[in-house]
Amino acid sequence: MPFTPEMAERRFGYGLSPQIVPPFSVAQMLSGLQGADVMAQAYPIPGFRHIQDQIVYVRRFSRYSRKNPETEAGQAAEQKAKLARRALFHDRQRWTVAALQRRIGTPHAFRERLIAFWADHFTARGKSGLLRAAAPAYLEEALRPHVSGKFADLLRACVTHPLMLHYLDQNTSAGPNSRAAQRPDRQRGLNENLAREVLELHTLGVGGPYTQNDVHELAKLLTGLAGTRDYSFKFRRNMAEPGAETVLGRSYGGPPGLAPIHAVLTDLALHPATAAHIARKLAVHFVSDTPPPDLIEDLQETYLGSGGDLMTCYAALLHHPASWTMNAPNIRPPDEFVGAALRAMAVKPEMMEALRPAQIRRLLLTPMRLMGQAWQQPAGPDGWPEDDGAWITPQGIAARLDWAVNAPAQLRPDLPDPRNFVHDALGPNPPADVVFAASAAETRADAIGLVLCAPAFQRR
Amino acid sequence: MTHAPLSRRQILTRSGLIGCSLAASPLWTPLSLANAPWQGRLVVIILRGGMDGLDVVRPTGDPAFAALRPTLAKGDAPLDLDGYFALHPALRDLMPLWHREELGFVHAVSTPYRDKRSHFDGQDLLEAGTQDLAGAGRDGWLNRLMQFLPQVEAETAYGIGQEPLTLLDGAAPVANWTPDAALHLSPQALRLAEQIMKIDPQMYAALMEAQLLSGAQPGAGSGKKGPAHIEIAKFAGDRLRGPARIAAFSLNGWDTHRAQARTLPRSLAQLSDVILTLKQDLGAAVWGQTALVALTEFGRTARENGTGGTDHGTAGLMVMAGGAIRGGRVFGRWPGLGEQALYQQRDLMPTDDVRAPLAWIIRGMTGLPVSTLQEKVFPGLEMGPDPELMR
Repeated sequence: MPFTPEMAERRFGYGLSPQIVPPFSVAQMLSGLQGADVMAQAYPIPGFRHIQDQIVYVRRFSRYSRKNPETEAGQAAEQKAKLARRALFHDRQRWTVAALQRRIGTPHAFRERLIAFWADHFTARGKSGLLRAAAPAYLEEALRPHVSGKFADLLRACVTHPLMLHYLDQNTSAGPNSRAAQRPDRQRGLNENLAREVLELHTLGVGGPYTQNDVHELAKLLTGLAGTRDYSFKFRRNMAEPGAETVLGRSYGGPPGLAPIHAVLTDLALHPATAAHIARKLAVHFVSDTPPPDLIEDLQETYLGSGGDLMTCYAALLHHPASWTMNAPNIRPPDEFVGAALRAMAVKPEMMEALRPAQIRRLLLTPMRLMGQAWQQPAGPDGWPEDDGAWITPQGIAARLDWAVNAPAQLRPDLPDPRNFVHDALGPNPPADVVFAASAAETRADAIGLVLCAPAFQRR
Repeated sequence: MTHAPLSRRQILTRSGLIGCSLAASPLWTPLSLANAPWQGRLVVIILRGGMDGLDVVRPTGDPAFAALRPTLAKGDAPLDLDGYFALHPALRDLMPLWHREELGFVHAVSTPYRDKRSHFDGQDLLEAGTQDLAGAGRDGWLNRLMQFLPQVEAETAYGIGQEPLTLLDGAAPVANWTPDAALHLSPQALRLAEQIMKIDPQMYAALMEAQLLSGAQPGAGSGKKGPAHIEIAKFAGDRLRGPARIAAFSLNGWDTHRAQARTLPRSLAQLSDVILTLKQDLGAAVWGQTALVALTEFGRTARENGTGGTDHGTAGLMVMAGGAIRGGRVFGRWPGLGEQALYQQRDLMPTDDVRAPLAWIIRGMTGLPVSTLQEKVFPGLEMGPDPELMR
């Protein structure tokens, strides 16, 4: 099999690092997914509880200050709420840095790539207030532990997470015949948003065999999934639609509760259309915008045969020859490009940790936005485009060049010698014109930037 | 080590081949422009997310309307348009345009898309301009249109964002740019960048276009920028005052599943700002030759949902503005909102294909024959009788 360590890092990881030995086999890549999560321990990001605590804290002091305006204690409380709010948004920037540090330092880069892949598949964001800082916490607790398990478990963890319930409006959806909908004092009813995206994006795919009626029935079945005021998960029986619902021809009945919801999610996870959808997405993301059909078929059969076991699917992906030989490489999306560049430069943890909020914005967040990918803020629940054409735009290429030439010197003041860096970043046999450019540039910063913008680095 | 310089035409043609897509988040939306030999200006705005046409131009004269929208009808009173329809109060600044017949609407229109009500499919079909999704994805109707116009050249173009603007995809040259992008590179570094990207035609074309556009940016490097949508409108205005004839971009934020009374006015205010900024920046003469159309992938449910919003529906509203259109009217065949009149008992019934009024506007502006419009630009469309949307 045409495995090479360089290709393993490039296509399935965040590229080469001068400090990390690339994996020497597929078996090692796979075992890297199952060991202890050393990166999560080294660069911690808290779970959702932390966000909830901050929400409660800020709410308490805000309420006190509203009730006691123009008193000293009231003003002190207002100040406390303000500081806590600001601290959380600074923390959110720190979590961006932590996620990038994992990409810089990991010996198991395939794991971080899978996290990014599934984070996109199960896009969820906070839409207001402090919840806007919650996406990293959601990924850390709902997604990260499940990316090498069963797809059904991953699906359930993400779809029932309080942030997803908030993002796709499920927590306010009440069955038309539920007790909550009967209350005359408060208008409440069904919202189809989550049900539709579960079918269209998370499981069957938009071409899948479902109808508007399935969406409607699933929406009724999902009623009751909600949260407390503090965004703890809660099944609200008074919002649940009584009776059974029929989704894709199967009836889900019994007393309202989590059991029928888990049952429908499990069935959807194991549906052949879901297998086809996930197989195609994996092939497109990791191999090429136009993957060979037999790779997709192989992945689809593996998925179905293993009951949606993701480890088995990853093994099938890595053992397929086309995964290594396919020569129509994808462009790295901006957040991956930035991660790979930092990794190739081996930016030191102390440097990353010392970045102040304004620097994080200037050196990382704003550039990624200009490249077309605001960090963890895709426009909709369908996440970011896979199509290379979406990223290779005049604006996108200009922003990449601008960042590659101007940011590295600030992240690594002792810039490496470009003549060595070209090998650090591109491996033992870099293209001759890139070697030439690295030696012909007027400044060291220009040379580093040119290596990073070479198609050999931009594509994988 | 140097290569023969590309002509501007070559650069733009190449860049036309790369897909011309740009991207958008709620704050960063794409804008593209192209010039052409006729005098009219066409501005196409894609309203992503599914605008609730029933809330924007409210059929207050329809006996069934009030009961469908119990909470959405609260708040400021809508502004009467013609005794039957009334305008959402967040568009009040556009009322002078309505009275001058420079603002109009086509109600109860939709693309041929039905039943799945997916944003993404809906937008794909809206931008492809085809009859069904099987025909979508290869190119966009605005690009196909340009292939039938004589002497089309891409002129300066500006885009902001992250999401492809597929209605401009295709073989005709179109350029994209953003007011925020910059190339702070030495000439030597740029030359070397060209050299290393040469082996990758897609990246190379993007780089060449970026150089062209970064030099052509109006007021480059001057002063503070306003909100993104205003910046887009200003760039569009600047280019359309010059040789550019077509501008396209998108405005996001129309997916009002909940608290619509609070969220929709924000998006409407942006649309209103964009229209008024364009009018001001174009000046009376060019505004008089301009047709602006705002299109959305679908309308929303006739009934408000349980969370103060509306869900994905079918027929919606097309917005028109500009001195070239015959405004001051709500066009379209009104299907009514009675239980039996609704599509699948839930959505406003589409009574016409949104491509038809669009095609008539394009015909009025460019003189293209009906057959070209029906067969090439919007394959599968039957334009029907001329609704006389243009002055």
